[in-house]
Amino acid sequence: MTEIWHGLTKAIGLIISLDPEVTEIAGRSLMISLTSTLLTSLICLPLGSLIHFKQFPGKRLVISLIQTFFGIPTVAIGLFVFILFSRAGPLGGLNLLFTPAVMVLGQMILITPLLLGLTIAALSGVDKVIPDTARSLGASGFQMTIIVLREARFAVMATVIMGFGRAISEVGIALIVGGNIRGFTRVITTAISLETAKGDLELSLALGIILIFIALIVNILLNRLQPR
Amino acid sequence: MSVVFFLTEEVPVLKKTAVCLSGIFILMSLLLATSGCSSPRAESSSPLPPQLRLRVATTTSLYDSGLWGYLEPMFERKYNVELDIMYAGSGKALEYGRRGDVDIVTIHDQIREEQFIADGYGVRRVPFAYNYFLIVGPSVDPAGIKGLTPEAAFKKLMETGKASFVSRGDDSGTHAKEKDIWAEAGYDYEAVRNAGRWYIEAGTGMGPTLMMASEKQAYTLTDIGTYLTYKGKLALVPVVDKGSLLLNVYSAIALNPEKMPQAKIDMANNLIEFLISPEIQEFIGNYGIEEYGTQLFTPYVGSEPE
Repeated sequence: MTEIWHGLTKAIGLIISLDPEVTEIAGRSLMISLTSTLLTSLICLPLGSLIHFKQFPGKRLVISLIQTFFGIPTVAIGLFVFILFSRAGPLGGLNLLFTPAVMVLGQMILITPLLLGLTIAALSGVDKVIPDTARSLGASGFQMTIIVLREARFAVMATVIMGFGRAISEVGIALIVGGNIRGFTRVITTAISLETAKGDLELSLALGIILIFIALIVNILLNRLQPR
Repeated sequence: MSVVFFLTEEVPVLKKTAVCLSGIFILMSLLLATSGCSSPRAESSSPLPPQLRLRVATTTSLYDSGLWGYLEPMFERKYNVELDIMYAGSGKALEYGRRGDVDIVTIHDQIREEQFIADGYGVRRVPFAYNYFLIVGPSVDPAGIKGLTPEAAFKKLMETGKASFVSRGDDSGTHAKEKDIWAEAGYDYEAVRNAGRWYIEAGTGMGPTLMMASEKQAYTLTDIGTYLTYKGKLALVPVVDKGSLLLNVYSAIALNPEKMPQAKIDMANNLIEFLISPEIQEFIGNYGIEEYGTQLFTPYVGSEPE
């Protein structure tokens, strides 16, 4: 138990003193995961709406497939992206392996099914009367989509927050494709993994607490940005 | 009902979304700026930002002992280059090399190093430091192997089959050494793996393996550098530290540009020259003496093991 207490006091100390290495690692974690969440949202919110509103054969199967990938192990994605971007792999010429860019890409792959699936679920939760009324009042397909998205905004925002949570907390992709290079690709989760391996449990714990702090602040901000 | 207000409200909503998005972008660029400023490298680098990144895959024991933490900034300052250091067991480090994902490897597994060069992936093997492996275990020495040769100690572990042994199990240089010792003791490694619950495969780095052995009060094979670095956290003592089998040589191999045209051979050669230069050899020899009271690594140049 004393370890947990020491971890907590150490975390507070590191935050108050703005420890340069910890600030740098935390900033990088935030940057990479915010970028991946933002980019994925820009793709998946419209795409999820499209799947929800369009009727097409095999729609149920598509949704089932998306939901299946909710639980895909991060190490599996990490390995897949590693093979893709390794020198010997098909995209090796891009020279992206062991860079933050490829970590963003891996996280995007990770949270795409989540954002798609939960966007569809969020839109399904909106009362059917609303799109019907909009249409009867002469709304175009695009306007109707905006209305329904607005109605579902809390669920959609929760989806984005969940995506961010999964992105910033994962370690498998960051470790395999990022390589945990100090000062370049080291993020909070890979630092925790390394410090635990080195036996510095207090620092690991402190970093874990900082990760939760960051998630808290980002959630508060995102909730504030929510219209009404 | 929002539908009714749709026409009047749509514009402010879009505006608000735009404000939110730009807010997030500003936040992110701020973070990028601050994280850049707070990086210790950014402050210490010369006016011309280093263009070149040299990728090194290093064995975990050189990384966990903290040696690279000192060598990295020294080398970066001298050659104005960014060193990207990946830590991995020797097996994985060589795999990074074979795939062309790094420019140079620093490892400790002579047989596989020679194979790597024979296959055309590496230029030459340059040893730069050595030390000895140890068998460590609980101070009560449940299997009674204290003071034996490594082969005899392993034989006794296998015969008694009670005292636990934690193996790296990760295809690292240390794991390769362990297999060598089993072979010298006259056992087939597959038979050892299936010998019973006392043989534990950790599948992880040297540090975590030592921690696990300490938790389980088991024996394990370790390089002396990592053991001394972790000693304060462990309830383990050296039980076998003599025998020619226990020699542990660390070498650097630059990737062969004929096979890997993108490998940065010039800078990799700079790193090799740096490692075997008299001042760095002296630094390696003195590394850790103040903190641990004993030498972690013996410089190779000028004092080659027999």
